[in-house]
Amino acid sequence: MTTVQMTVDGVRYQDEVEPRLLLVHYLRDRLGRTGTPIGCDTSNCGACTVHLDGKAVKSCAVLAVQADGADVTTIQGLADGQWHPVQQAFHDNHALQCGYCTPGMIMAAVDLLRDNPSPSDEEIRHGLEGNLCRCTGYQNIVRAVRQAAEQMEAAK
Amino acid sequence: MTEELDAGLVAEQIRQADVLAPPDQTTEIGRRRARKEDAKLVTGQTTWTDNIQFPGMLHAALLRSPMAHARITKLDVSGALQRPGVIAAYTASDLGADQIGLPCAWPVTPDMVHPDHHPIAVDEVRHVGDPVAVVVARDRYSAADALEAIDVEYDALPAVVDMEEALKDEVLVHADKGTNRSFTWPFENGPVDDVFAAAEVVVERRFIQQRLVPCAMEPRAVVVAPLPASDEYTVYSSTQVPHVLKLMLAMVTGLPEHKLRVVAPDVGGGFGSKLQVYGEEVVCLLLARRLGRPVKWTESRSEGFLATHHGRDQIQDIAIAADRDGTIRGLKVELKADMGAYLMLVTPGVPVLGAFMFNAIYKMDAYRFTCTGVFTTKTPTDAYRGAGRPEATFAIERVMDELAVELGMDPLELRRKNWIRHEEFPYTTIAGLTYDSGNYEAATDRATELFDYEGLRAEQQQRRDRNDPVQLGIGISTFTEMCGLAPSRVLGQLSYGAGGWEAATIRMLPTGKVEVVTGTSPHGQGHVTSWSQIASDALGVPFEDVEVIHGDTKTAPMGMDTYGSRSLVVGGIAVHKACEKVVDKARRVAAHLLEASEGDIDFQRGVFSVKGSPDAKVSIQEVALATFAAHNLPEGMEPSLNSDYVLDPENFSFPHGTHLCAVEVDTETGWVQIRKYVAVDDVGNVINPLIVEGQVHGGLAQGIAQALFEEGVYDADGNLTSGTLVDYLVPAASDLPEFVTDRTVTPSTSNPLGVKGVGEAGTIASTPAVVNAVLDAVRHLGVQDVRMPCSPERVWRALHEAQAGAR
Repeated sequence: MTTVQMTVDGVRYQDEVEPRLLLVHYLRDRLGRTGTPIGCDTSNCGACTVHLDGKAVKSCAVLAVQADGADVTTIQGLADGQWHPVQQAFHDNHALQCGYCTPGMIMAAVDLLRDNPSPSDEEIRHGLEGNLCRCTGYQNIVRAVRQAAEQMEAAK
Repeated sequence: MTEELDAGLVAEQIRQADVLAPPDQTTEIGRRRARKEDAKLVTGQTTWTDNIQFPGMLHAALLRSPMAHARITKLDVSGALQRPGVIAAYTASDLGADQIGLPCAWPVTPDMVHPDHHPIAVDEVRHVGDPVAVVVARDRYSAADALEAIDVEYDALPAVVDMEEALKDEVLVHADKGTNRSFTWPFENGPVDDVFAAAEVVVERRFIQQRLVPCAMEPRAVVVAPLPASDEYTVYSSTQVPHVLKLMLAMVTGLPEHKLRVVAPDVGGGFGSKLQVYGEEVVCLLLARRLGRPVKWTESRSEGFLATHHGRDQIQDIAIAADRDGTIRGLKVELKADMGAYLMLVTPGVPVLGAFMFNAIYKMDAYRFTCTGVFTTKTPTDAYRGAGRPEATFAIERVMDELAVELGMDPLELRRKNWIRHEEFPYTTIAGLTYDSGNYEAATDRATELFDYEGLRAEQQQRRDRNDPVQLGIGISTFTEMCGLAPSRVLGQLSYGAGGWEAATIRMLPTGKVEVVTGTSPHGQGHVTSWSQIASDALGVPFEDVEVIHGDTKTAPMGMDTYGSRSLVVGGIAVHKACEKVVDKARRVAAHLLEASEGDIDFQRGVFSVKGSPDAKVSIQEVALATFAAHNLPEGMEPSLNSDYVLDPENFSFPHGTHLCAVEVDTETGWVQIRKYVAVDDVGNVINPLIVEGQVHGGLAQGIAQALFEEGVYDADGNLTSGTLVDYLVPAASDLPEFVTDRTVTPSTSNPLGVKGVGEAGTIASTPAVVNAVLDAVRHLGVQDVRMPCSPERVWRALHEAQAGAR
């Protein structure tokens, strides 16, 4: 067992964990932060994407011990009083259907827009290629990210 | 709007609403409502089955066969029981008579060979992934670890993965059955042999429908919570079919139906793969009963590749007979459908459904169809988005292009010559279905306009003329489908084990708020929003005042669930009809309150008024409260406006459309790039255009994925070599183009809202459109066919083989 400390969605935690425990299982099973789902076991689907010190990571590909001392933001900690513009844009543009990929897709999109505040459609599509959606055909996801980018730029 | 719905008028309103989105839209139906479902989904407040925790809950893990076909010669779970945290471990012999076979609800022929299918394999395994033992532990890591301590030995038996090999019966999947043939289902109408003997042109082709893995983003999961004192169980499952599951669990376990409750919590997609009664659901129920504690099982994605049913996997031999002028005379289809190792819930019925779709939108004199179900040592197949209809549509639309080549006709002209003309509806097809409505001319005209058909044909010619290394191809798919499964009498004729009705209950609460209880079980389709729109219009209450309750057999006790693009056409109409009953009851109360006769009461947008005295009025909310108080009701009236409706549809619905695809094929690398994709769908009237467009987009993605990317590949030993998301190419955003979508509106005449359903249209239409385009790009270079998925390697090889053949 190893001791880890981290801040998750603004709350500080300290726990004893097995060294092999995946960050996503720590979030879900130990902390009850079930907003972050698991969609695969090969780091392909991106459903479990969270922010680790502000950068998007697939939390199934990070050990809890690797996140020791880190600041983790999940989909449950993204809204700050009101929805993040990306959350709002996903809703407005019907960019989700079953919603299982949505937490990871939104977290990946937020990170993408940090790196590239006004991406082209092509850049959005490539920027999100690590996140799979089986429902939407991505068209409305691209539209939502574009709209969020415009709104975030306008708000600057 | 609320009473007699003028379908044509609504269609026109919807059309305008969709284009102009006027802010003063007065009906909810047709409005682009952002979904009520989204709030929890975009904030992570969802209840996926794997999120559910109970005190003392145990975790189950299954040991699965690594062999495609083998006898189990040794199986000892005692080592697993020594591991820390392990509570129990069972084999088939431990479970004994408790584990009764899994159900197949669709015995398509009386003599269908239906082998036993146990949740945990008994003595012999028949596909990689067949479970051999189950471990139950305090947490999921301990359960997974303990699997390694199970001592199991196998005596390998030969695998058989190819259907034609299997039909030789040299290697038997089920030795006791003596054959790998499950059934042969025939259909014939018209003088087929005469028509083919006399035909001026006959084109014969063989098409291969590769095996697909559905890959809903949420892996399956089950939690069973027992109440040991009264032998009652709540089963939470990531399922499309909580009602079917409850009934089937009662039937296969012998537990009384009224002691079971099945809940489909938030479900992350299904696409048919969760239209099933799975062994893990039965096993978790048995474990919870034996151990008296809640038990959870969650599949990993790689496990799901082996354990969740697959789709497609057919060999299609198709022959079409026509006159030289292009008039189709007859069609013959010989289908071989891979069942995999066992028959699951509707495995045999899926390819048989195709019988009614191979003839598609075309008129002809004669049609013969046979379907043979074949066992192989592979994961069982069953419904996958479209279920029998995409396969059929692919074959007919591909062979139409081949016939056009043979005749030297434009493929669009060939289709125009043979399709059912708008004025000919209703039309009974050669397969015996009566298409109630359709306007193939309108959809095609709109599609060709959006596509710039003539312009792209001109560019194609230029590229051919200059031997451009990147060639252009145009693919057409003028498809229809049968949706709204299904009239119960038809299902009975097809030997399906249940009916096709759907139930709805409307509860008018005292404050005038409304609860809609539906028997459909959405997992991404947005029923909460669409049913709210239907109820809002029918009852004249605000959209926001409607809640929709679903997916729990305790709160929504009657239902047939969600699959086959049935939910709106059957379940949504049931909501509409139940609302009408509420209004009828409320009208009686209103008449009483207003001291008028019922016949003199008008109902408009939630307000009852006396004809000729518009000031004498009462709102439906006031009526609801007055009914609740029950102080002053008409003589003999029950103090309730609540109403039920169970709708058995009178016919299927027949969405249709014209999809046009332009691809660029790099003849040097085999790379296929979709340049333009136009989908014009006619799904009748539309409740929510936003949701309809989303369904079309997602359907297109899955159909295109079959055409270009996805294949469940088995090696000769029966190993699934594309068994993870690394090897099985579910397309990402960067793999897909921007789609151009539009609609024409030809309302169904078989239901009062004129709706047709949309869940599968995109998937059904797009696969042949893309493959036809690929072939159209390279046919002049001598390529006759490219097997799906049309990967760069396959296209490159086809081009090189064609060149070698030409030398």
